[in-house]
This record gives sequence, structure tokens and C-alpha cells, in this order.
Amino acid sequence: MSDLRTELKQSIIEQLNLEELTIEDIDNDDSLFGDGLGLDSIDALELIVLLEKDYGIKLTDPNQGKEIFISINKMAEYIESHRTK
Amino acid sequence: MDRAKNHFITNSIRIKNEEIFLKKDTILSLDSKIDFSQFLKDSYKKLALNYPKYHKMDSLCKLGILGSTVLLRGQDFKANTALVLSNASSSHDVDIKHMQSMESIVSPAVFVYTLPNIVLGEISIKYKLQSENVFFIEDKFNADLLVDYSETILNSGKALSVVCGWIELKNDQYDVLLCLVSNNGEIPFTKENLEELYRFENE
Repeated sequence: MSDLRTELKQSIIEQLNLEELTIEDIDNDDSLFGDGLGLDSIDALELIVLLEKDYGIKLTDPNQGKEIFISINKMAEYIESHRTK
Repeated sequence: MDRAKNHFITNSIRIKNEEIFLKKDTILSLDSKIDFSQFLKDSYKKLALNYPKYHKMDSLCKLGILGSTVLLRGQDFKANTALVLSNASSSHDVDIKHMQSMESIVSPAVFVYTLPNIVLGEISIKYKLQSENVFFIEDKFNADLLVDYSETILNSGKALSVVCGWIELKNDQYDVLLCLVSNNGEIPFTKENLEELYRFENE
């Protein structure tokens, strides 16, 4: 497992207050929304903030999130190719 | 006052000073040295709330969910159960947190709690309530207002029961009284009885 994916899981658990989950509970291909981690629309906005704060990625169109926040793997791929810090 | 004769305080919960009382009986007493956020976490675990969304909420909503969960556990209530809540400090603590976050990137998850009536929504979501609800801001606990408004709803036939009370939070200092009011019980739903429940652990 890459460091970025582990880092993402840790950040998501902390930022979204998923206190009953650990890094080991989240698989790289798990759905972040719906039946997966069960994140909601406010969590999606928090993920947009997380991208900007931690990786310098500013999403101007919130709809982009639908393609990026599918899973940890998808998020990591997007970050690797778009990060500015 | 006559209008209140058919309604009773079916159950009540008091949360104050690291203790939780159900009908004046202590059901949880935690170390007075723990801070507020630890009190909220420990109470969640020890009272087996089993509601992960709790961790995402602001402290006012956590108090509301904690109180209503214990209050309504094992009780018979319908989806039209109304909510009549109040406090003095509105959403003070999360408002401060939101203001501080404005120095960098604002957190949407903090912003959504910057109104006291959000606690009504969180309780309604958890219990699938589709009912009348209201949140009053008052200088201090106002039993008159709570009894009068609750009775109006009950007598209108819009609700068979009401959860009413006080959820105060300011600078991590909390003071909660929630009552389930319905046709069942032994304590008449009167201003005097509501005040007496509030004074308990408040003097």
C-alpha cells in the first residue's frame, strides 16, 4: 500500500470524524459514498477542502468530485497527477 | 393550567457536571476531571449509542442526540412526536469555531451546525420524526413557555407526545433537561413540576 493511500485514509478518518473506523477497515477500492463508507454530501465538501489544504488542488466545479471521490485509489491517482504541494 | 391535567412527564433526563440522570436516578457518572469532548465520547460508548453520525456533529447536537437517545429508549412514541427545545446561548460554541476557521479554509462540516435548530433536525432524522418542532432562545430556563407551547401542540392534535426541554451549551459548560410528555405517566406536566426537574442538580 502506498504512503499516499495510507495518508489519505488517515486524513479522511480524522477530517470526517469517522471515529469508529481504522485505516485497516478501508480498502483502496471501497466506495467512499453509498454502501461503502457511507459518506454524505457535507463529507464531499470536506474532501474538496482536504484536496486544497493538503495537496494544493482547487476544484472549481464540485461535480468533478463525483469522478474523483469514488475510492481511495481514484483519489490517489488524481492527487498524484494534479498536486501542487 | 387545567389544560395540562391530561398530560404527564413520562420520562426525563438531566445532563450536567459529568453526570446523566434518568428520572433523577444516576445512570452515568464520569470523572469530573475529564474535559467536555471526552465526556461526550465516553458517554457515547458507555451508553451504547451505536450511531456513528454522532461523531460528526457539533457538541450541541451531540448533547441532543445523547439526551434524546437515553430519554426515548424503550418508550412508545410516534413519528408525530413534536420537539420543543430551548437554550440561552444558541449555537455559540460552534459559531466561535466557525469564526476561527474563517482565518483559513472554512469547514463545511462546521458551518452546517451554526444554527441551534439543527439539533431538532438531527433528532428528527435519528427517530424518523415528521412533526412540529421549534427552538427558542431565552435568557434562562422558561418552564412557562415550554409548557404553554407543548400543550398547544398536544391539544391541537398534531402530536401525541412532545419532547421538550433545555439544551444549553457555552464554552463547553452544558446544562440539559429533556422531558418526554404524553398521556402516560404519574407526574403531571405542569410548570411547577418542570421547574422542579430543572432545579434538580442545579442548586
